Amino acid sequence: MKLQLYINGQKTEVGSTVKSIEDLLKFFKLQNRIVVVEHNGEIILKEQYSKQPVNDGDKIEIVHFVGGG
Amino acid sequence: MLKIADKIFQSRLLLGTGKFPNFEIQREAVEASGTEILTFAVRRMDIYEPSQPNFLEMLDLSKYTLLPNTAGAKTAEEAVRIAKLAKASGLCDMVKVEVIGDDKTLLPDPIETLKASEMLLEEGFIVLPYTSDDVVLAKKLEELGVHAIMPGASPIGSGQGIINPLNLSLIIENANIPVIVDAGIGSPADCAMAMELGADGILLNSAVSGAKNPVKMAKAMKLAIEAGRLGYEAGRIPKKRYAVASSPSEGMLTS
Repeated sequence: MKLQLYINGQKTEVGSTVKSIEDLLKFFKLQNRIVVVEHNGEIILKEQYSKQPVNDGDKIEIVHFVGGG
Repeated sequence: MLKIADKIFQSRLLLGTGKFPNFEIQREAVEASGTEILTFAVRRMDIYEPSQPNFLEMLDLSKYTLLPNTAGAKTAEEAVRIAKLAKASGLCDMVKVEVIGDDKTLLPDPIETLKASEMLLEEGFIVLPYTSDDVVLAKKLEELGVHAIMPGASPIGSGQGIINPLNLSLIIENANIPVIVDAGIGSPADCAMAMELGADGILLNSAVSGAKNPVKMAKAMKLAIEAGRLGYEAGRIPKKRYAVASSPSEGMLTS
């Protein structure tokens, strides 16, 4: 069964292999990028990625650093 | 030497990383500027472009201190959220508080800036608020315990230079923490002027990234900041209404 998530404000479907934030980043091939994840309004630190479960309907923000003054 | 909280920097130039023509020119400009502090913004990532190049990921992060900004925030709460996201990267503990109160002028919201600064200090951040050039606001921010004050010279990206040198010099005179002139710088002359007024540093971006030759301009800004600082330390002569001859008035051949 596919999971329906809200990633960066957009409804997004991911495969059933995605059980954790770690899986989610791997799913999008972002596991080696410098990103920060917010899960249902809570910031998730890197060391928690594998333990943080992802459920249907979750709101997730994946942010990074871009050029700015 | 610029000291912000317990961090010591040789360079007094803080460089923004926005709007450079390409990463190669940007890398060279950063090098030429001699900066040790680079600002960044925090934004949503395009998750469908996993291999998109990213300037921060190209940097030797042992050489630079990152100063994320809270650009995009319009309230104190939004600024705190962005700052916390930035800090969660584990790459930085400083933050440039930027809470915009007006879309057209991009001038900071003084009340929300003050609130955000207070909240972020409580969270243990090293807090550098971008503020208007208001003398009383600068004082109140210092009383809160911020680690530097960053008054704007003129609106962000406008290149108008220092439009209120009086206020800026009053802020500098009152402050016991570093004053970093942020935003509105257009040319090396603006940098030199700010430094001659006694500023501790300059944060600029568009003046370099938007120059015809960003690498040369980065170097020009570096030199202007160094010149202005030296001039400030040397102590300029007072301005006089009439001429004062620099050659001796005795022994003139015409008398």
